Amino acid sequence: MTHMEKDWTTRGRKPSSDFDWDELVQDDRVHQSLYTSAAIFEAEMRHVFGGTWVYLAHESQIPEVDDYITARLGLRPLIMTRDSEGVIRALYNRCSHRGTTLCRFEKGNKRAFQCPYHGWNFANNGQLRGVPWADGYLDNPARDPKFNLAQVPRVESYRGFIFGTLNLAAPPLCDHLGPIKRPIDEWLDRNPGGKVVVCEANRIKYKGNWKLAYDNSGDGYHVLYSHRSLLETENRFAGEATKKGMSYYRTAPDEQPMYMQYMGNGHHFKDKRPNLQPRQGGLWAIESLHPGMEHVASKLRARYGDRAEALLDLAGSEPVNINIFPNLSLLGNHIQVFQPLSVEETDTIWYGTRIEDANGSIGEEVLNDINALRMRTQEGFPNFGEVDDVTNFEQIQRGLRCEEDEWIYMNRGLGIPGRIRTLDDGTIKAPATDEMFMREYIKEWKRLMQAAPDLTIQREP
Amino acid sequence: MAEQAHDPSRYSFYVDDALYREAIADFALLRGDAPTVDDGTERDLFRGLVEREARLLDGRQFEAWLRFYADECLYWVPSTPDGGDPRREIAVMFDDRRRLEDRVFRLSTGFAWSQAPASRTVRMVSNVEVFASDDPDQRLVRSNFLINEFWDDETRALAGWAGHRFRRLGGVWRISAKQVNLLVCDQPIRNPSIIL
Repeated sequence: MTHMEKDWTTRGRKPSSDFDWDELVQDDRVHQSLYTSAAIFEAEMRHVFGGTWVYLAHESQIPEVDDYITARLGLRPLIMTRDSEGVIRALYNRCSHRGTTLCRFEKGNKRAFQCPYHGWNFANNGQLRGVPWADGYLDNPARDPKFNLAQVPRVESYRGFIFGTLNLAAPPLCDHLGPIKRPIDEWLDRNPGGKVVVCEANRIKYKGNWKLAYDNSGDGYHVLYSHRSLLETENRFAGEATKKGMSYYRTAPDEQPMYMQYMGNGHHFKDKRPNLQPRQGGLWAIESLHPGMEHVASKLRARYGDRAEALLDLAGSEPVNINIFPNLSLLGNHIQVFQPLSVEETDTIWYGTRIEDANGSIGEEVLNDINALRMRTQEGFPNFGEVDDVTNFEQIQRGLRCEEDEWIYMNRGLGIPGRIRTLDDGTIKAPATDEMFMREYIKEWKRLMQAAPDLTIQREP
Repeated sequence: MAEQAHDPSRYSFYVDDALYREAIADFALLRGDAPTVDDGTERDLFRGLVEREARLLDGRQFEAWLRFYADECLYWVPSTPDGGDPRREIAVMFDDRRRLEDRVFRLSTGFAWSQAPASRTVRMVSNVEVFASDDPDQRLVRSNFLINEFWDDETRALAGWAGHRFRRLGGVWRISAKQVNLLVCDQPIRNPSIIL
């Protein structure tokens, strides 16, 4: 029988019922305090980052038994382990004795974690194995389950993506993801074996609320303006036959086949693939200029002829933004994670992905060439695009200090007849620059903030 | 094709597996205890070149800075302290000639919001060591740096060490490759948009 604890949830904390959520979240606008209030942020860490499925890590980061990485659930420090029996666990990185973090390294391979403070020793499934001088306790702590490490009670994976929640009443992960699984599947299945491997990251910090990044993740309205320096840079050579990168935003973006789709439970999907020519090499044709691309392309074309174009597409940036509430975005070939640190500080981690030669059809040399190119394509956007976005996020946070000017609008597209369509599966489609997805995800955010938090931690028996 | 191969500002044919292997090996050497040159004159020469690069960047003399680099050059900021293998891992930056010119071009567009207004920087370089080489036209140089950057109400320090691979081309020493090893290479950095 697993030991569960849930009697602590409101002790010493301001109840979320103190806020008038209907006033703060309206049909066309939200109150600035959603981005500036420390009390709302603290409630989010329980209601959102405790109460719904949150992305924790990718299985390729802990591929072997006894591998671990450190991670976070909201602000809670975690050790993600693949324990000695192969079970993936999200252990609280908190000694059950005095609260010390047990592990201060970002990754490694360990069967046990010994607390650096008093030497309590825990197996990588969370069980306390022993304490120094146990005869100084009336009862040996190592025999009492309450001293096993707390851990996230529900940890589930979808095709390599590990999520966790403290909410026992949440639906199974698979149901929670629902329609957003289709673009996730397509994003993975374009790679050999339907897999990716995480390989380091571009990491950018900004002084702003985490929701500014999630608001932006599906925003087609900002591209031409926030990313003007990027668009001008990637198209700086006149006479280029194909316009590079996101140039299709330049002319009437809402009249193009790309679209925005709200997928339920806060998830949303920007699909720009319909703007591309549906042929092998179509993705590569609009890829902006990256180190080594002509070398690899000419080498592959000389060796493989027409087959080279499909190989080159594997290094190209997939034109989708698959946004999984509250903290994950698959875009291009990146796995981007939004990590809140405080009400006005956030880290955005752009994990790179490489591919494997799953069925042996590529060969080692070509795989290495494609992956090297794939690294270079992924370095482009964080360097030349994201830096301008996060500058704008920081300047929103600064603008919101004008506290009497209370409202932030997300009404683009609202009320225009025929612009927004609800499909049979309940998903909602809108043109590319529509703010429909913001209005919809913030309803899910509000639902979570209004709900009584029903959060539980688990310990091994 | 042959003509394209000679214009690395426009086409990237020279970033091949040999370039990666050579860069990994050269900068790995600077992490070890290989012999350094004793000759003070030679050391002064290369110290002066490293200081010149710092002055060009602080002064935002980007065109002169680009000319200081070899036509087929490399500018590499690893995302891990050991440098890693950039064929298999994302780097913070891994630029060839064309992407370095992209970097400078972007700053000139007037729409690079992360540099509007631009950062002000002043760089200190020290601990310059020139590594011995059998090739009279190539030197590997290791130095420490401290970049003080003022931007948006904040003055911060970015510290680390740099490896320079200098090559004498047409009688002139130019930077053939540079590896910038930030102390915080694997940590989130606010607005990483200056040239290091």
